[in-house]
Amino acid sequence: MAPSPCAVCQTNRALILRPKNHQKLCKPCFISVFEAEIHHTITTNNLFHRGERIAIGASGGKDSTVLASVLKTLNERYDYGVELILLSIDEGIKGYRDDSLETVKRNAKQYDMPLTILGYDELYGWTMDQVVEQVGKKGNCTYCGVFRRQALDRGAAKLGVRHVVTGHNADDVAETVLMNLLRGDLPRLSRTTSIVTSTPSIVPSSPETTSHTNIKRSKPLKYAYEKEIVLYAHHKNLDYFSTECLYSPEAFRGSARALIKNLERVRPSAILDVVRSGEDMAKLVPGGNESCGNGCGGHATIVEEEEGGCGSSNGRTSGGEMASMEKQLTQTEVAAEEGLEVEITTAGTKPPNPPDSDAIPLVSGKKGKKLKGPPHGARKQPAKQTMGQCARCGYLSSQEICKACVLLEGLNKNRPKNSIEVSYDNPEESAPTVNSHEIKCTIVTQISEVEKTKGLIYNS
Amino acid sequence: MSAASSEDVIPITVEFSGGLEMLFSNQRKLDFSIAAKDESGLNSNVAFLVRYLCDNVMKDPRKDLFVLDDTVRPGILVLINDADWELEGEDKYEIQKGDNILFVSTLHGG
Repeated sequence: MAPSPCAVCQTNRALILRPKNHQKLCKPCFISVFEAEIHHTITTNNLFHRGERIAIGASGGKDSTVLASVLKTLNERYDYGVELILLSIDEGIKGYRDDSLETVKRNAKQYDMPLTILGYDELYGWTMDQVVEQVGKKGNCTYCGVFRRQALDRGAAKLGVRHVVTGHNADDVAETVLMNLLRGDLPRLSRTTSIVTSTPSIVPSSPETTSHTNIKRSKPLKYAYEKEIVLYAHHKNLDYFSTECLYSPEAFRGSARALIKNLERVRPSAILDVVRSGEDMAKLVPGGNESCGNGCGGHATIVEEEEGGCGSSNGRTSGGEMASMEKQLTQTEVAAEEGLEVEITTAGTKPPNPPDSDAIPLVSGKKGKKLKGPPHGARKQPAKQTMGQCARCGYLSSQEICKACVLLEGLNKNRPKNSIEVSYDNPEESAPTVNSHEIKCTIVTQISEVEKTKGLIYNS
Repeated sequence: MSAASSEDVIPITVEFSGGLEMLFSNQRKLDFSIAAKDESGLNSNVAFLVRYLCDNVMKDPRKDLFVLDDTVRPGILVLINDADWELEGEDKYEIQKGDNILFVSTLHGG
């Protein structure tokens, strides 16, 4: 193929083919166009205010590294007048987060930004290694996701920062749009497509001190293709770290992620199309933004704790979720439920959640992908959520006790949230002869062992 | 096997990054020579290189994390001498002496 010239400068050889519009660009023009578009996203959405201190949720991965690099560049080029700091969450997974935190430490030097690393152990009294030791490798992503969601807010509050930016990209948003559509979770569809979300304080009389209930979140890379983020990092020689969470490897296998990438292969503009469609649908969600009241301005949407998330810090869905959802949908069909699933969950009636009924067979040694990701029993409510504060920790929650505190209570009582997770922790899981009696014994033994070693720890 | 003369092979550099190196025994960069002609006697192209990597270099059994439906898995970028392979004819690109071919995964997390 004859080399094509850059569509912008018409001189250099084009090296990049832009997925969104098939534009062929040379390296310098690509870098400047990429940066200009992020700048455009920031200015048209009024993401930043002069004098604002902003924490970048940094994992050492491609997205947050590119975010830090681009924000530093733009802050200097366009004089935003914001102060940027790095905030990293250490889930406490040996051999995984250790290495990526080293990358964040180097980034802190490279970009001359102060860095704070906050550990799950510090925040919750549990590292993910300890959680997995107790609940097993299945279902631990729920803990990690719920804890991480709050961790950035808590970290920001600790630093006296009211705004956290994350590296969520267009692929991430498109993925969550699809997942929420398939789940029929319209309120969450509305929340996750928002470029700015906030967790405003519900108590107006609270003093001016920063608490973790009024942290603003934004996603400056929301319209940036993952492909271009990786290319930007490559062409700018950025120092980033790629890894797989040890507890959720190959999260992209058979997930909505794979679907998104296949769509992109067929029609690259599909990713942004899905994002835009998600935004348009979100506008139609009744009550989507009404609960915002006067606590937040413009397009900010209240966000409650997410329950998903695994591996990477950007809250991807766990692998096999598509498969398990497909199964769930089939079973729901079989159950011949009338009306929409979303409408059922309000009424305190038991929602149809067939995968839970598989709980018992799981212990029979089958290693099949029966149930992954968050337990489906805890389906969220539709539009009528009323936001309050967790009675224990004060975090914004639609429940009396927030999800993290519920999970923690289970952990601290050495009583895992449900039996599925425990059964997977059984070292004999691969032995097909395990019966329920043996499992009960294992649980009892585990509990008493853990009780010996662990007290009831909780920092609020 | 007769010793291959220098016309029969093409020296190239292959790099893996973005997490893909984990599938290739943590090797980030490989310098080696590939046959100038593929199985059917045509000039070796990227498709042939990918097959070669799968069969001869990749020890990890999870081939589908690199190749899916006979082509590089969606989500893995291929850069030929720093240019997107889509600008070069994708897997039909005929390998030239000294080419640098980089496979970058966008699928792995941070």
